[in-house]
Amino acid sequence: MFPCPVLFLYSRFIRNTMYLDLAEHLGLIFHLLLKKPDSSCVFVVRKDQDIYIQTLRKLFNESHGIFIGLQRSEEEFAGKSRKTQLVQVSKNYRSVIRACMEDMHQAAVSARDPALHSQYSTQVSILSAMELIWNLCEILFVEAAVAGPLLLRLLDWVRLHVCDVDNMVREVLSSENPSKHELFWNLGNTQTLTEMELKWQHWHEECQRYLQDGTFASNSHMESICKILLGDENAILEKKELMTTWYHFLVTRLLYSHPTVKPMELRFYAQSSMDLFLGGESSPEPLDTILMAAFEFELHQVIKECSIALSNWWFVAHLTDLLDHCKLLQSHNLYFGSNMREFLLLEYASGLFSHYSLWQLGVDYFDHCPEYGRVYLELHIERIPLNTEQKALKVLRICEQRQMHEQVRSICKIMAMKALRNNRLGSALSWSIRAKDAAFATLISDRFLKDYCEKGCFSDLDLIDNLGPSMLLSDRLTFLGKYREFHRLYGEKRFSEAAKLLLMLMTAHIAPCSFWMTLLTDALPLLEQKEVIFSAEQTYELMRCLEDLTAGKSDKQKFQDDDVETMKVEMLRLALARNLARVIVKEGTLEGS
Amino acid sequence: DGTSCVSVCARCLAKSDGVISIQDNRISIWSVGDLGNVGLNGEYQGEPQLLCDIRHNGDVMDMQTLSANQRWEKAHYHVDRDASCGGAACTGVICSNPEIVTVGEDGRINLFRADQKDAVRTIDNADSSTLHAVTFLRTTEILTVNSIGQLKIWDLRQQRNEPSQIFSLTGDRVPLHCVDRHPNQQHIVATGGQDGMLSIWDIRQGTMPVSLLNAHEAEMWEVHFHPSNPDHLFTCSEDGSLWHWDTSTSVSEKPSFLHQGGRSTTYFSHNTINQSVVSAWLSNDPTKDRMEITNLIPNQTLSVNSLDILGPCLVYGTDAEAIYVNRHLFA
Repeated sequence: MFPCPVLFLYSRFIRNTMYLDLAEHLGLIFHLLLKKPDSSCVFVVRKDQDIYIQTLRKLFNESHGIFIGLQRSEEEFAGKSRKTQLVQVSKNYRSVIRACMEDMHQAAVSARDPALHSQYSTQVSILSAMELIWNLCEILFVEAAVAGPLLLRLLDWVRLHVCDVDNMVREVLSSENPSKHELFWNLGNTQTLTEMELKWQHWHEECQRYLQDGTFASNSHMESICKILLGDENAILEKKELMTTWYHFLVTRLLYSHPTVKPMELRFYAQSSMDLFLGGESSPEPLDTILMAAFEFELHQVIKECSIALSNWWFVAHLTDLLDHCKLLQSHNLYFGSNMREFLLLEYASGLFSHYSLWQLGVDYFDHCPEYGRVYLELHIERIPLNTEQKALKVLRICEQRQMHEQVRSICKIMAMKALRNNRLGSALSWSIRAKDAAFATLISDRFLKDYCEKGCFSDLDLIDNLGPSMLLSDRLTFLGKYREFHRLYGEKRFSEAAKLLLMLMTAHIAPCSFWMTLLTDALPLLEQKEVIFSAEQTYELMRCLEDLTAGKSDKQKFQDDDVETMKVEMLRLALARNLARVIVKEGTLEGS
Repeated sequence: DGTSCVSVCARCLAKSDGVISIQDNRISIWSVGDLGNVGLNGEYQGEPQLLCDIRHNGDVMDMQTLSANQRWEKAHYHVDRDASCGGAACTGVICSNPEIVTVGEDGRINLFRADQKDAVRTIDNADSSTLHAVTFLRTTEILTVNSIGQLKIWDLRQQRNEPSQIFSLTGDRVPLHCVDRHPNQQHIVATGGQDGMLSIWDIRQGTMPVSLLNAHEAEMWEVHFHPSNPDHLFTCSEDGSLWHWDTSTSVSEKPSFLHQGGRSTTYFSHNTINQSVVSAWLSNDPTKDRMEITNLIPNQTLSVNSLDILGPCLVYGTDAEAIYVNRHLFA
């Protein structure tokens, strides 16, 4: 069935048009083209051009809306109303294709660069062909028109797509036997198929009699018309130049010879029409093959041929999805697990992810691929380049809504690292809070503390002073907040509160051991105050902390300590002892006496 | 339309029926045509005409109306202006002719004048986190919101690079994404957060919001008071909805099933009868009158990134690369 891995060939799609050589663009995904597996592999690498074409983006966006609507529409309706609903969806898709065709046509007309003009014109042809195929599929598969209405639909189909209406038909309408023809045109639902067939038979026999009687013998023109009306193939073929295509010929032929044709009979007429029309002069083009497959009701063949012929998965993905909703595709498991519908949707959506903004559409498509959608999404979403915070926020929201916690953590870490590198500590913290990343919060706090030790003051006070409950995210962050609070209290001369806080930071082990020396040094000015601040109890605690700190050092470390360090320790011991002395006296004295 | 519509501006809607949009990083001004061209359902019949087009490097995050005759390159950058590749995103801009204030991911505030080549004033490292939005409070004061849940007032007359006041959310410091000031009562400020919450602040008193209203299910990207009808507020969000908040007093009590609106209408109580001077936004005593909230988007899919309102016209843009214009907002 499908060549695997995934890929397609660029080929001549419509007679006399060719794909342009693709210009160099910046893109992230390349599609590999692979010739038939048994021949030697030649890799031709091309970038997916289509997603960058302005007008086609309208196609992608609008069809996304229709796709989502279809997935969401519940199957509350059964039978006829469901069918009407699906036909409407199909019509919506087609109207989007037509709208794009219009825009593309306008672009082609106004393009001054001939290469661009050529490119746009090609696109118009492709879109036109897509609409042609889709329309036929709608008639045959979605609507599944039965004998009777089938021909009417096919007539509309041909008329819509072929500019030259058969002049003969117009003439027939205004001919001398209008009553006879009224009968013929009255193919409405009011009549049953058998009634219609009988009437048509009757009319057909009458026409035949006129021909045989030589009523039109004097006028070869009228005789021609009569023969055509009788469905004489040769007569119709004589007017070949008025019909642009073999399917036009097919429908004309059916109109005059078998207007009550049944869907299953189409294949025979189609094949013979094509043979007669082409007459061995030319071989079928890809479009012809696709249409023929449709007339033969070979759905998988249609999809396969379209995949090969078209440069982009848009068409097959959406058409297959619609046909799947019509319950027409057998759940045909491809050997790597997913079914055809899912396979095509995955490919289409993956292509969208290489675009800087269309990736958002891709997310919804992955959501509706039950088997592999999530995995694909997880892999793709981590690789979206995050050049602004707003984009990162959108990606994060998508991940959070789908409980993709790994990806949330990883993206937040990336953004936090970027912020940290740019010295945006507040932003970095905000990303850590979002991911509840305690480790990173610790990293940021260490950075703040390092800055403090180096500069002697805090940077970004607006952040540290306003941490709120996020302070609890990591111990280090809590310490940072509390330490700053200590400084604030000291600045406001609320010494006893400051002292209590300082002590608590050490005794409750909120402060990291490496910072204890700094804290004790901070205690010095409090110890040196005229007024006694630390109580006896507190002083004992401080002494214990100091001893713990110095005892913790190995002898080697003590030996390496420079004079400043030892002097600090000595000063502290002295200050603590002095404070202890004062406080014992103070506490021993009767108050108020 | 070309790319995700990140910002729309409806300033010209009154005069020339124009809408400004983004198209592939181009700022485009469209004419939406005259009122005579309305079809049977009130739907606009003609095609919008493109009036003018300016190319812009990088994503357009925010916009205001003015004629483009100045370009301030690298107004926002990280660390070192010359070394910083691509610069930092500029997240918000506000004008009050001829002054223009911008804020960015670099935590910088820039003040420009339309006729001057260099920035009039720059406050480096105004904020340690990203500044998401800016708006004028008074002619010389601006309001900014950042990604650690703070609302700050800056007095541009003063030379010191510190905010004159800082307000914070209670509880978690959820990032704030948008801010707008009540058009008549300048002490009333609305902000929208990353959790979709709408906060109303009275900046005359306290440092915390007056009311917190649970709104959207995802980031609230923009909040706007209606410029001439400030009892009406509009918010749009990443969850694809656009809400119309209506606190105008209703004289008679309409039973709920007669209220028109979008798919979801919920009610909050507000007291406005006895205190006609105090705005409905600040009151939080539950009595008779209610605030009506309507979702204006019937089939929501992708994010609504931006909105603007003027008179009876509402314009908004979505991530589906589409711009919608509603010209009969109060019909």
